[in-house]
Amino acid sequence: MTTTRIRRARWTKRSGVLALATLTATLALTLLAGPAAADDINLDKYDFKVVGNVKLNSVPLEDIEIKVDGGGYSAEVKTDAEGRWAIGVPEKGDYTVTLNEDTLPTDIAVVDEADDSPNVKEVSIGPSGSAVMNFFIGRGERNQTSFFDQLVERTVNGLNFGLMLGLAAIGLSLVYGTTSISNFAHGEMVTFGALATLVMSGGLGVPIWGAIPIAILLSMAFGYVLDAGLWRPLRKRGVGVVQLMIVSIGLSLALRYIFQFFIGGGTAQLPGADSPKIKLFGSVSLSVVDMTSMGISVVVILAVAWWLVRTRIGKATRAVADNPSLAAASGIDVDFVVRVVWIVAAGLAGLSGILWAYFRPGIRWDMGAQILLLIFAAVTLGGLGTAFGALVGSIVIGLLVELSTLWISSDLKYVGALGVLVLVLLLRPQGLLGRKERVG
Amino acid sequence: MDFLQILSNTTSSILSPATIAYALAAVGLAVNFGYAGLLNMGVAASMAIGAYGYAISALTFGFPWWAGMFVGVGASIIFALLLGIPTLRLRGDYLAIVTIAAAEVVRLLFLTNTFDAITGSADGLSGYHDSFRASNPIPDGTYGIGPFTYNATGWWVRIFGLVILALAVLIVFTIMRSPWGRVVKGIREDEDAVRALGKNVYAYKMQALVIGGVFGALGGIVYALPSSVNPGVYVTSLTFFIYTALLLGGAATVFGPVLGAVLFWVVQTFLSNVLPALVTSGILPFMSTTQAQTLRFILVGVALMLLVIFKPQGLLGNKKELTFVKQ
Amino acid sequence: MSNSEELPGGDEPMSTAAPEQRPKSTGLHKGEIAPGVAKVDPIIIADDIRRTFGGLTAVDVKHIEIPRNAITALIGPNGAGKTTLFNLLTGFDKPDAGKWTFEGHSLSGVPAFKVAQLGQVRTFQLTKALGLLTVLENMKLGAKGQRGERLLSSLFPALWRKQESEIEERAMVLLQKFKLAEKSEDFAASLSGGQRKLLEMARALMSEPTLVMLDEPMAGVNPALTQSLLDHILDLKDEGMTVLFVEHDMHMVRHIADWVIVMAEGKVVAEGPPDEVMKNQAVIDAYLGAHQDVDLGVVTGRIAGDIPEVGKYMADEVATLDGNIRSRSHKDSTPPEHPEKSS
Ligand SMILES: Nc1ncnc2c1ncn2[C@@H]1O[C@H](COP(=O)(O)OP(=O)(O)OP(=O)(O)O)[C@@H](O)[C@H]1O
Ligand SMILES: [Mg+2]
Repeated sequence: MTTTRIRRARWTKRSGVLALATLTATLALTLLAGPAAADDINLDKYDFKVVGNVKLNSVPLEDIEIKVDGGGYSAEVKTDAEGRWAIGVPEKGDYTVTLNEDTLPTDIAVVDEADDSPNVKEVSIGPSGSAVMNFFIGRGERNQTSFFDQLVERTVNGLNFGLMLGLAAIGLSLVYGTTSISNFAHGEMVTFGALATLVMSGGLGVPIWGAIPIAILLSMAFGYVLDAGLWRPLRKRGVGVVQLMIVSIGLSLALRYIFQFFIGGGTAQLPGADSPKIKLFGSVSLSVVDMTSMGISVVVILAVAWWLVRTRIGKATRAVADNPSLAAASGIDVDFVVRVVWIVAAGLAGLSGILWAYFRPGIRWDMGAQILLLIFAAVTLGGLGTAFGALVGSIVIGLLVELSTLWISSDLKYVGALGVLVLVLLLRPQGLLGRKERVG
Repeated sequence: MDFLQILSNTTSSILSPATIAYALAAVGLAVNFGYAGLLNMGVAASMAIGAYGYAISALTFGFPWWAGMFVGVGASIIFALLLGIPTLRLRGDYLAIVTIAAAEVVRLLFLTNTFDAITGSADGLSGYHDSFRASNPIPDGTYGIGPFTYNATGWWVRIFGLVILALAVLIVFTIMRSPWGRVVKGIREDEDAVRALGKNVYAYKMQALVIGGVFGALGGIVYALPSSVNPGVYVTSLTFFIYTALLLGGAATVFGPVLGAVLFWVVQTFLSNVLPALVTSGILPFMSTTQAQTLRFILVGVALMLLVIFKPQGLLGNKKELTFVKQ
Repeated sequence: MSNSEELPGGDEPMSTAAPEQRPKSTGLHKGEIAPGVAKVDPIIIADDIRRTFGGLTAVDVKHIEIPRNAITALIGPNGAGKTTLFNLLTGFDKPDAGKWTFEGHSLSGVPAFKVAQLGQVRTFQLTKALGLLTVLENMKLGAKGQRGERLLSSLFPALWRKQESEIEERAMVLLQKFKLAEKSEDFAASLSGGQRKLLEMARALMSEPTLVMLDEPMAGVNPALTQSLLDHILDLKDEGMTVLFVEHDMHMVRHIADWVIVMAEGKVVAEGPPDEVMKNQAVIDAYLGAHQDVDLGVVTGRIAGDIPEVGKYMADEVATLDGNIRSRSHKDSTPPEHPEKSS
């Protein structure tokens, strides 16, 4: 029953460091350690559940941490006195169950000869609406990764995630630079790319290598439509930037719920999302999809950089970002440049969405909105409106998100990244690579 | 389709605690955004902090209801100060991004399993009502006419919420007609000009942010009074909905936010009743009832866009005194 | 210091007739005239102020003193760093290095609003009239020490009503003087560009400053209004204030300035009484000559005509004004000094 989709295991926290990272946490937990041992969670909230039992030679083990992840959802419980646990889950899909071996008594581990990470298992919710996962515990080697290996693994993941964010962030930054719009609907442009791929491959049966380029073209067309149908007319009306920002919020809400209208609240997978991992070195193993994804990101980012620095229209873009009225006065067709920027930004966002769909993994109606703030954080870190700053910011954010899970609970991993954003702005209000404006 | 029922539900929503809560938060946001020009996107966090502060005080520390409210409001003041110190020196759009990020951080901290014992993580909190209900002066029973018929607790929650809302409106009405309001409106337009006249712009912005935070927290408390604290409520969309309500009524007005919140909920309630009914009766084909419910959120988004483009001053606003200063 | 004569009443209607020349303040400096010369009674003393933007040094002033109760003009070509120097002196920008005092208070690191509270008030080159407030509200915003501006007392109108009406009276008097009284209830956004300049200046005066710093106060103001603006500036001096202003129009600089400081490429290249400075070869090279290329005034439509004509116009202007002032130099107590040849 357990399909080995190890890729997901990557997202779970193997060592499950109970986040005593912050003083607040420590304080709070010491104050209220008593009732913390919940043995079930979210059962009343969701229709589906994963349940199980942890026993050592038929002796139940209490207070063992179990975590279930999947489709963006994540929950943790501790076993009760009978060794039982249960977690309600939102969708009838696949989930990863992780037993935190740190919470087992010493010299004891989950044993399973056939599996090199026996404490991490995959389950699928069956027709009954539930799945059962019992761990076999015995004396043996724990499946533990050394801190260094984890560090390397997280760094690689962080880079991958950062590059993916970078694709979206460069687009957002170019749009901001040329039009001054803080586009809150950028997340939906990310979702759009993934959805278009899903429709092409899942809906129309186009093979994935064809579906992805088509989806990117569709994304670019989407960017064109948005500019021609909405942003350009608003520019012509002379609508102010705050207004534009709120229009983009409205657009974001509308698009997001339109997506939900059509695909519902569930998670869908793209073909190849469960491709096997290849061991590279140490404990680092990457799937073909991961490697392709990183390769594509790097190539595309280099291409965009080349485009910005070398081509005529790229240079014009930077000139417009620098000073629109001056650019217009020196004969640059600002409207054309902005149109191109929207198309490029939408294409990049769409690609980023496709890669993000593989990385998460899964496609949801609000997947773009989930990383919108990270994209903004990246762009802001780099300094609003500087494309290269956005790339640097993205990689910093990507690494931060992944590396922070070494110390804090994975459901707090975005907190670290967003916290750093606030800190950086405290020290450098213009962002890392931005510049100050003049007064008077 | 039961039109009477739909109408009754819709009318009843005028006085619902959710409407009062939105109105309170929107009045606070009017001070932030409408008058001071601060693009505060952290409204949901203020509301969450108010609600959690109130509920945690009761559940964890056994505080009486009024002390819990002080805790909730106090915590949101601290949040506003913490948020304001780094961000109020920033340009408008940075402020929006940082506040929305901070709000998300707050939400994630309430949601995480790490603090499950206090915050109830994904389940949220409930069962903190004893103290508030015990001090209900209204004798048990059901009162009211037509759609506005509630039990004693229902009325107690609503009356309490309305009194707070009335106070909030009165306060905003007074300060915005004072020299303080003049300074704040000046800052909205050009803070350097105001600074050049010797006003401590930073302090004024901070005061405005704190006022918004306090009303937001009170809104959060009123929202939590009838039932429970659910972390799924305090998402960024909540902030956007409050903006929609505010802009509907008029951002730089005192009564606009209240009117906007009422209209927002009346329309939402009406649609959530009528759309599924239309689907089941076959008038809206090609749609499931779930999709029909999704449709009303699409409409919120579209309405927000149209409002900002075509009637940015809102229903009660003065076209001349547009909030949207080109920044 | 200033040999103040009876002033031609500030309330007098704006006249297009040639204004009577009011006496200039003289004897402002100590010792030989040179860039950075010490003043008898300086209100601002600045040392080694430097501000760079990336590789560009916008301001690099060794030493500068602004004489009290006099009208000092700061001139120089576009991009000379005049506005940047204003920003630095008023706390709107922070220098890379340097320190300066205003009436003996060190102002390094003092935030802009405190600088203004100390009595050093400025206006902006790009007018900052608050368009969404009425003209009267703009004026009232300028007044200092208002009780109603404190959050807690603002809640109780009884606490500030009286002060508010006093402020309103004062504002109306000033508006009358600046010919804006009829507009008092209009939104400031409805004012013309020149009227906004007037409003901004009047608003600055509401705070009863000791030093008024005006960044191009006449830009965009029509000739008739210019005349009355000049009179207002002269009145300020008579009321005991000190004025420092930036201006590109040499005619006006000659007309009202007691002292002129010339900046170019961030440095003070010359200073002295107007007629002396205008003859300085360095000034003609650095500034007056610069008008032959591009003048902001032409671009913004302040000065009519084609760009080349302006150069000619300027040259003629300087020549005639030179003549006029020479023949009128009656009360100068100091013998005419010749500025250093600094080139
Ligand atoms: N915030 C800034 N960032 C970068 N460069 C700046 C900034 N502010 C001023 N500068 C540069 O510093 C130099 C001095 O500018 P400043 O505005 O002080 O000139 P100015 O003497 O006031 O000119 P004008 O007569 O045209 O008003 C210019 O070259 C300008 O481009
Ligand atoms: Mg200037």
